[in-house]
Amino acid sequence: MLSKRSKEIIFNPFSKENPVLVQVLGICSTLAVTVSLEPAIVMSISVMAVLAFANVIISLMRNTIPTTIRIIVQLVVVAALVIMVQQFLLAFNYDVSKKLSVFIGLIITNCILMGRLEAFAMHNKPWPSFLDGIGNGLGYGMVLVVVGFFRELLGSGTLLGYQVIPQCVYDAGYMNNGLMILPPMALIVVACVIWVQHARDKELQEK
Amino acid sequence: MEELNLFVKSIFVDNMIFAYFLGMCSYLAVSKNVKTAFGLGLAVTFMLVVTLPLNYLLDKYILQPGALAWLGEDLKDVDLSFLGLIMFIAVIASATQLVEMAVEKFSPSLYNSLGIFLPLIAVNCAILGGALFMQQKDFGSALTASIYGAGSGIGWVLAIVGLAAIREKLAYSNVPKPLRGIGITFIITGLMGIAFMSFLGIKL
Repeated sequence: MLSKRSKEIIFNPFSKENPVLVQVLGICSTLAVTVSLEPAIVMSISVMAVLAFANVIISLMRNTIPTTIRIIVQLVVVAALVIMVQQFLLAFNYDVSKKLSVFIGLIITNCILMGRLEAFAMHNKPWPSFLDGIGNGLGYGMVLVVVGFFRELLGSGTLLGYQVIPQCVYDAGYMNNGLMILPPMALIVVACVIWVQHARDKELQEK
Repeated sequence: MEELNLFVKSIFVDNMIFAYFLGMCSYLAVSKNVKTAFGLGLAVTFMLVVTLPLNYLLDKYILQPGALAWLGEDLKDVDLSFLGLIMFIAVIASATQLVEMAVEKFSPSLYNSLGIFLPLIAVNCAILGGALFMQQKDFGSALTASIYGAGSGIGWVLAIVGLAAIREKLAYSNVPKPLRGIGITFIITGLMGIAFMSFLGIKL
Protein backbone atom coordinates (compact mmCIF):
# COMPACT_ATOMS: atom_id res chain seq x y z
CA MET A 1 0.00 0.00 0.00
CA LEU A 2 2.80 2.35 0.89
CA SER A 3 5.82 2.78 -1.33
CA LYS A 4 9.28 1.93 -0.05
CA ARG A 5 10.15 5.55 0.59
CA SER A 6 6.96 6.19 2.57
CA LYS A 7 7.75 3.20 4.73
CA GLU A 8 11.22 4.52 5.39
CA ILE A 9 9.82 7.93 6.28
CA ILE A 10 7.42 6.41 8.79
CA PHE A 11 9.64 3.76 10.37
CA ASN A 12 13.07 5.39 10.48
CA PRO A 13 12.09 7.61 13.42
CA PHE A 14 11.59 4.45 15.50
CA SER A 15 15.19 3.38 15.37
CA LYS A 16 18.01 5.11 13.55
CA GLU A 17 16.52 8.57 13.49
CA ASN A 18 14.54 8.58 16.69
CA PRO A 19 13.91 12.25 17.47
CA VAL A 20 14.37 11.84 21.22
CA LEU A 21 17.03 9.16 21.61
CA VAL A 22 19.25 9.99 18.67
CA GLN A 23 18.64 13.57 17.63
CA VAL A 24 18.02 14.68 21.23
CA LEU A 25 15.05 16.89 20.37
CA GLY A 26 11.95 17.55 22.42
CA ILE A 27 13.56 16.52 25.67
CA CYS A 28 11.73 18.97 27.92
CA SER A 29 8.32 17.42 27.48
CA THR A 30 9.65 13.86 27.37
CA LEU A 31 10.96 14.32 30.87
CA ALA A 32 8.22 16.43 32.34
CA VAL A 33 5.04 14.57 31.38
CA THR A 34 6.16 11.01 32.03
CA VAL A 35 5.36 10.71 35.74
CA SER A 36 2.49 8.46 34.75
CA LEU A 37 1.26 6.80 31.59
CA GLU A 38 -1.92 8.70 30.83
CA PRO A 39 -0.48 12.21 30.38
CA ALA A 40 2.38 10.66 28.41
CA ILE A 41 -0.09 9.12 25.95
CA VAL A 42 -2.15 12.29 25.64
CA MET A 43 1.00 14.32 25.11
CA SER A 44 2.27 11.97 22.38
CA ILE A 45 -1.02 12.15 20.52
CA SER A 46 -1.09 15.94 20.78
CA VAL A 47 2.45 16.29 19.51
CA MET A 48 1.80 13.86 16.69
CA ALA A 49 -1.30 15.75 15.58
CA VAL A 50 0.41 19.13 15.72
CA LEU A 51 3.50 17.81 13.97
CA ALA A 52 1.61 16.11 11.14
CA PHE A 53 -0.62 19.09 10.37
CA ALA A 54 2.12 21.70 10.79
CA ASN A 55 4.24 19.68 8.38
CA VAL A 56 1.42 19.62 5.82
CA ILE A 57 0.66 23.33 6.14
CA ILE A 58 4.30 24.40 5.91
CA SER A 59 4.87 22.00 3.05
CA LEU A 60 1.94 23.52 1.14
CA MET A 61 3.35 27.00 1.68
CA ARG A 62 7.00 26.09 1.24
CA ASN A 63 7.44 27.87 -2.07
CA THR A 64 5.79 31.10 -0.96
CA ILE A 65 7.49 31.63 2.42
CA PRO A 66 10.35 34.14 2.17
CA THR A 67 13.40 32.54 3.79
CA THR A 68 14.16 35.54 6.01
CA ILE A 69 10.95 35.31 8.00
CA ARG A 70 10.37 31.56 7.82
CA ILE A 71 10.92 30.98 11.54
CA ILE A 72 8.16 33.41 12.48
CA VAL A 73 5.81 31.89 9.90
CA GLN A 74 6.52 28.44 11.28
CA LEU A 75 5.98 29.61 14.84
CA VAL A 76 2.63 31.15 13.96
CA VAL A 77 1.39 28.00 12.22
CA VAL A 78 2.50 25.83 15.12
CA ALA A 79 1.09 28.20 17.73
CA ALA A 80 -2.30 28.21 16.02
CA LEU A 81 -2.39 24.40 15.93
CA VAL A 82 -1.29 24.16 19.57
CA ILE A 83 -4.04 26.53 20.64
CA MET A 84 -6.54 24.24 18.92
CA VAL A 85 -5.15 21.20 20.73
CA GLN A 86 -5.19 23.08 24.02
CA GLN A 87 -8.82 24.14 23.66
CA PHE A 88 -9.77 20.62 22.59
CA LEU A 89 -8.16 19.13 25.70
CA LEU A 90 -9.74 21.71 27.96
CA ALA A 91 -13.12 20.77 26.54
CA PHE A 92 -12.85 16.98 26.46
CA ASN A 93 -10.16 15.91 28.89
CA TYR A 94 -9.94 18.57 31.57
CA ASP A 95 -8.12 16.50 34.22
CA VAL A 96 -5.27 15.51 31.97
CA SER A 97 -4.92 19.01 30.60
CA LYS A 98 -4.56 20.24 34.19
CA LYS A 99 -1.83 17.65 34.76
CA LEU A 100 0.03 18.65 31.62
CA SER A 101 -0.28 22.33 32.68
CA VAL A 102 2.15 24.47 30.73
CA PHE A 103 3.59 21.63 28.71
CA ILE A 104 0.82 21.65 26.12
CA GLY A 105 1.70 25.28 25.45
CA LEU A 106 5.33 24.36 25.30
CA ILE A 107 4.70 22.11 22.28
CA ILE A 108 5.26 25.36 20.38
CA THR A 109 8.88 25.43 21.38
CA ASN A 110 9.32 21.68 21.12
CA CYS A 111 12.47 21.35 19.06
CA ILE A 112 11.09 18.33 17.19
CA LEU A 113 8.58 20.61 15.48
CA MET A 114 11.06 23.25 14.38
CA GLY A 115 13.53 20.54 13.44
CA ARG A 116 11.11 18.61 11.22
CA LEU A 117 9.64 21.74 9.66
CA GLU A 118 13.09 23.05 8.79
CA ALA A 119 14.63 19.77 7.74
CA PHE A 120 11.73 18.05 6.01
CA ALA A 121 8.59 20.05 5.32
CA MET A 122 10.44 22.97 3.73
CA HIS A 123 11.75 20.67 0.97
CA ASN A 124 9.07 18.04 0.48
CA LYS A 125 5.55 17.61 -0.87
CA PRO A 126 2.58 17.54 1.54
CA TRP A 127 1.96 13.76 1.58
CA PRO A 128 5.52 12.69 2.49
CA SER A 129 5.57 15.55 5.01
CA PHE A 130 2.38 14.22 6.60
CA LEU A 131 3.91 10.75 6.86
CA ASP A 132 7.09 12.25 8.29
CA GLY A 133 5.04 14.02 10.93
CA ILE A 134 3.19 10.84 11.87
CA GLY A 135 6.43 8.84 11.94
CA ASN A 136 8.29 11.27 14.13
CA GLY A 137 5.27 11.71 16.37
CA LEU A 138 5.15 7.93 16.85
CA GLY A 139 8.89 7.75 17.48
CA TYR A 140 8.54 10.45 20.11
CA GLY A 141 5.44 8.84 21.59
CA MET A 142 7.16 5.48 21.84
CA VAL A 143 9.85 6.90 24.11
CA LEU A 144 7.26 8.75 26.19
CA VAL A 145 5.19 5.63 26.67
CA VAL A 146 8.17 3.47 27.64
CA VAL A 147 9.46 6.03 30.14
CA GLY A 148 5.96 6.72 31.48
CA PHE A 149 5.30 2.99 31.85
CA PHE A 150 8.35 2.35 34.01
CA ARG A 151 8.00 5.51 36.08
CA GLU A 152 4.36 4.85 36.88
CA LEU A 153 4.86 1.13 37.52
CA LEU A 154 7.86 1.53 39.80
CA GLY A 155 6.90 4.87 41.28
CA SER A 156 3.25 4.34 42.18
CA GLY A 157 2.60 0.66 41.41
CA THR A 158 -0.20 1.57 39.03
CA LEU A 159 -0.73 1.70 35.28
CA LEU A 160 -3.15 4.21 33.76
CA GLY A 161 -4.39 4.73 37.32
CA TYR A 162 -5.22 1.05 37.98
CA GLN A 163 -3.38 -0.80 40.71
CA VAL A 164 -1.28 -3.51 39.05
CA ILE A 165 1.08 -4.50 41.83
CA PRO A 166 -1.10 -6.64 44.14
CA GLN A 167 -1.55 -5.82 47.79
CA CYS A 168 0.11 -9.07 48.92
CA VAL A 169 3.42 -7.87 47.43
CA TYR A 170 3.19 -4.75 49.57
CA ASP A 171 2.36 -6.87 52.60
CA ALA A 172 5.54 -8.85 51.93
CA GLY A 173 7.56 -5.66 52.36
CA TYR A 174 7.68 -4.21 48.82
CA MET A 175 7.58 -0.43 48.64
CA ASN A 176 7.00 1.99 45.82
CA ASN A 177 10.16 3.75 44.76
CA GLY A 178 9.35 7.35 45.61
CA LEU A 179 12.39 8.57 43.74
CA MET A 180 10.78 7.50 40.44
CA ILE A 181 8.15 10.20 40.72
CA LEU A 182 10.71 12.96 41.23
CA PRO A 183 12.07 14.89 38.25
CA PRO A 184 15.73 13.72 38.32
CA MET A 185 14.78 10.07 37.84
CA ALA A 186 13.17 10.93 34.51
CA LEU A 187 16.60 11.82 33.19
CA ILE A 188 18.09 8.60 34.45
CA VAL A 189 15.28 6.45 33.02
CA VAL A 190 15.73 8.14 29.63
CA ALA A 191 19.47 7.53 29.92
CA CYS A 192 18.76 3.83 30.44
CA VAL A 193 16.52 3.75 27.35
CA ILE A 194 19.31 5.43 25.38
CA TRP A 195 21.77 2.91 26.78
CA VAL A 196 19.67 -0.05 25.64
CA GLN A 197 19.07 1.43 22.22
CA HIS A 198 22.68 2.40 21.59
CA ALA A 199 23.89 -0.97 22.80
CA ARG A 200 21.64 -2.68 20.23
CA ASP A 201 22.62 -0.39 17.38
CA LYS A 202 26.41 -0.13 17.12
CA GLU A 203 26.23 2.58 14.45
CA LEU A 204 24.93 5.10 16.94
CA GLN A 205 27.77 4.76 19.42
CA GLU A 206 30.28 7.55 19.79
CA LYS A 207 33.94 6.67 19.80
CA MET B 1 11.45 40.12 51.57
CA GLU B 2 8.81 38.38 49.53
CA GLU B 3 10.79 39.24 46.39
CA LEU B 4 14.07 37.99 47.82
CA ASN B 5 12.40 34.73 48.73
CA LEU B 6 11.01 34.38 45.21
CA PHE B 7 14.44 35.15 43.76
CA VAL B 8 16.26 32.51 45.79
CA LYS B 9 13.49 29.99 45.25
CA SER B 10 13.53 30.43 41.49
CA ILE B 11 17.29 29.90 41.40
CA PHE B 12 17.55 26.78 43.55
CA VAL B 13 14.21 25.16 44.27
CA ASP B 14 12.20 25.81 41.12
CA ASN B 15 15.27 25.53 38.94
CA MET B 16 14.21 25.68 35.28
CA ILE B 17 16.41 22.73 34.32
CA PHE B 18 16.21 20.39 37.27
CA ALA B 19 12.64 20.88 38.37
CA TYR B 20 10.86 21.61 35.07
CA PHE B 21 13.29 20.52 32.34
CA LEU B 22 12.86 23.74 30.43
CA GLY B 23 15.39 24.72 27.80
CA MET B 24 16.74 21.17 27.73
CA CYS B 25 17.51 21.06 24.01
CA SER B 26 20.00 23.90 24.04
CA TYR B 27 21.16 22.84 27.51
CA LEU B 28 22.28 19.49 26.16
CA ALA B 29 23.52 20.77 22.82
CA VAL B 30 25.59 23.76 23.97
CA SER B 31 27.21 22.35 27.10
CA LYS B 32 30.41 21.04 25.57
CA ASN B 33 32.60 23.83 26.95
CA VAL B 34 32.21 26.33 29.75
CA LYS B 35 32.74 29.51 27.77
CA THR B 36 29.97 29.06 25.20
CA ALA B 37 27.72 27.62 27.88
CA PHE B 38 28.14 30.78 29.92
CA GLY B 39 27.44 32.94 26.85
CA LEU B 40 24.19 31.13 26.13
CA GLY B 41 23.26 31.29 29.80
CA LEU B 42 23.71 35.07 29.82
CA ALA B 43 21.59 35.42 26.70
CA VAL B 44 18.79 33.33 28.22
CA THR B 45 18.86 35.29 31.49
CA PHE B 46 18.77 38.55 29.61
CA MET B 47 15.80 37.49 27.50
CA LEU B 48 13.92 36.24 30.56
CA VAL B 49 14.43 39.56 32.34
CA VAL B 50 13.27 41.50 29.27
CA THR B 51 10.33 39.41 28.07
CA LEU B 52 8.72 38.41 31.38
CA PRO B 53 7.62 41.94 32.38
CA LEU B 54 6.46 42.58 28.81
CA ASN B 55 4.39 39.41 28.82
CA TYR B 56 3.15 40.25 32.29
CA LEU B 57 1.77 43.61 31.15
CA LEU B 58 0.31 41.99 28.05
CA ASP B 59 -1.38 39.35 30.15
CA LYS B 60 -2.66 41.79 32.74
CA TYR B 61 -3.99 44.52 30.46
CA ILE B 62 -5.08 42.62 27.35
CA LEU B 63 -5.42 38.88 27.77
CA GLN B 64 -6.92 38.05 31.16
CA PRO B 65 -10.66 37.70 31.50
CA GLY B 66 -11.92 41.23 32.15
CA ALA B 67 -8.52 42.74 31.48
CA LEU B 68 -9.88 45.04 28.81
CA ALA B 69 -12.03 46.90 31.34
CA TRP B 70 -9.70 49.92 31.13
CA LEU B 71 -10.90 50.45 27.56
CA GLY B 72 -14.51 50.91 28.56
CA GLU B 73 -17.50 49.25 30.15
CA ASP B 74 -18.54 47.31 27.03
CA LEU B 75 -15.29 45.35 26.92
CA LYS B 76 -15.47 44.21 30.52
CA ASP B 77 -16.59 40.68 29.70
CA VAL B 78 -14.09 39.99 26.95
CA ASP B 79 -11.85 36.99 27.62
CA LEU B 80 -8.87 36.76 25.33
CA SER B 81 -6.87 34.27 27.39
CA PHE B 82 -6.97 31.65 24.63
CA LEU B 83 -4.70 33.95 22.60
CA GLY B 84 -2.04 33.78 25.32
CA LEU B 85 0.31 31.35 23.62
CA ILE B 86 0.43 33.07 20.28
CA MET B 87 0.89 36.51 21.85
CA PHE B 88 3.66 35.35 24.15
CA ILE B 89 5.59 33.65 21.40
CA ALA B 90 5.18 36.73 19.18
CA VAL B 91 6.53 38.98 21.96
CA ILE B 92 9.44 36.62 22.54
CA ALA B 93 10.32 36.26 18.86
CA SER B 94 10.16 39.99 18.20
CA ALA B 95 12.01 40.89 21.41
CA THR B 96 14.76 38.48 20.41
CA GLN B 97 15.00 40.16 17.04
CA LEU B 98 15.08 43.66 18.61
CA VAL B 99 17.63 42.73 21.23
CA GLU B 100 19.80 41.14 18.57
CA MET B 101 19.77 44.32 16.52
CA ALA B 102 20.40 46.54 19.54
CA VAL B 103 23.27 44.44 20.82
CA GLU B 104 24.82 44.32 17.36
CA LYS B 105 24.70 48.10 17.12
CA PHE B 106 25.81 49.12 20.60
CA SER B 107 28.07 46.34 21.78
CA PRO B 108 29.72 44.43 18.93
CA SER B 109 31.94 42.50 21.33
CA LEU B 110 28.99 41.12 23.29
CA TYR B 111 27.28 40.40 19.97
CA ASN B 112 30.25 38.38 18.83
CA SER B 113 30.33 36.35 22.00
CA LEU B 114 26.59 35.65 22.02
CA GLY B 115 26.46 35.53 18.23
CA ILE B 116 24.51 32.55 17.02
CA PHE B 117 22.74 31.95 20.31
CA LEU B 118 20.54 35.00 20.23
CA PRO B 119 18.24 33.93 17.38
CA LEU B 120 18.02 30.40 18.81
CA ILE B 121 16.56 31.75 22.00
CA ALA B 122 13.23 32.48 20.34
CA VAL B 123 12.56 28.75 20.43
CA ASN B 124 14.08 28.08 23.84
CA CYS B 125 11.36 26.61 26.01
CA ALA B 126 12.77 28.25 29.13
CA ILE B 127 11.59 31.65 27.92
CA LEU B 128 8.08 30.61 26.91
CA GLY B 129 7.91 28.35 29.96
CA GLY B 130 8.84 31.30 32.15
CA ALA B 131 5.97 33.29 30.68
CA LEU B 132 3.48 30.46 31.21
CA PHE B 133 4.60 29.85 34.80
CA MET B 134 4.37 33.57 35.46
CA GLN B 135 0.77 33.45 34.23
CA GLN B 136 0.03 30.57 36.61
CA LYS B 137 1.74 32.15 39.60
CA ASP B 138 -0.24 35.35 39.24
CA PHE B 139 2.40 37.88 40.29
CA GLY B 140 1.55 41.24 41.83
CA SER B 141 3.59 43.53 39.59
CA ALA B 142 5.81 43.64 36.52
CA LEU B 143 8.82 44.10 38.82
CA THR B 144 8.12 40.81 40.58
CA ALA B 145 7.87 39.18 37.17
CA SER B 146 11.31 40.43 36.16
CA ILE B 147 12.78 39.31 39.50
CA TYR B 148 11.36 35.87 38.82
CA GLY B 149 12.91 36.06 35.34
CA ALA B 150 16.32 37.02 36.72
CA GLY B 151 16.21 34.21 39.28
CA SER B 152 15.18 31.57 36.75
CA GLY B 153 17.86 32.79 34.37
CA ILE B 154 20.60 32.62 36.98
CA GLY B 155 19.46 29.12 37.93
CA TRP B 156 19.69 28.15 34.28
CA VAL B 157 23.24 29.59 34.04
CA LEU B 158 24.32 27.66 37.14
CA ALA B 159 22.98 24.43 35.70
CA ILE B 160 24.50 24.78 32.24
CA VAL B 161 27.90 25.98 33.45
CA GLY B 162 28.05 23.15 35.98
CA LEU B 163 27.21 20.56 33.34
CA ALA B 164 29.71 22.03 30.87
CA ALA B 165 32.49 21.90 33.48
CA ILE B 166 31.72 18.27 34.25
CA ARG B 167 31.59 17.36 30.57
CA GLU B 168 35.00 18.96 29.97
CA LYS B 169 36.46 16.68 32.65
CA LEU B 170 34.49 13.71 31.35
CA ALA B 171 36.64 13.60 28.23
CA TYR B 172 39.29 11.84 30.31
CA SER B 173 37.11 9.13 31.81
CA ASN B 174 36.27 5.69 30.58
CA VAL B 175 32.51 5.62 29.98
CA PRO B 176 30.76 2.45 28.73
CA LYS B 177 30.52 2.73 24.95
CA PRO B 178 26.73 2.84 24.49
CA LEU B 179 26.46 5.57 27.10
CA ARG B 180 29.06 7.86 25.57
CA GLY B 181 27.89 11.24 24.45
CA ILE B 182 24.25 11.78 25.18
CA GLY B 183 23.53 8.94 27.60
CA ILE B 184 26.08 9.94 30.21
CA THR B 185 25.02 13.57 29.91
CA PHE B 186 21.50 12.58 30.92
CA ILE B 187 22.76 10.63 33.91
CA ILE B 188 24.93 13.54 35.06
CA THR B 189 22.03 15.94 34.74
CA GLY B 190 19.91 13.53 36.78
CA LEU B 191 22.51 13.35 39.52
CA MET B 192 22.88 17.14 39.54
CA GLY B 193 19.11 17.31 39.84
CA ILE B 194 19.15 15.05 42.88
CA ALA B 195 21.83 17.28 44.40
CA PHE B 196 19.71 20.36 43.74
CA MET B 197 16.75 18.71 45.44
CA SER B 198 18.51 19.21 48.75
CA PHE B 199 17.50 22.86 48.43
CA LEU B 200 13.81 21.90 48.66
CA GLY B 201 11.97 23.77 51.35
CA ILE B 202 14.42 26.66 51.60
CA LYS B 203 12.70 29.79 52.77
CA LEU B 204 14.14 33.18 53.61
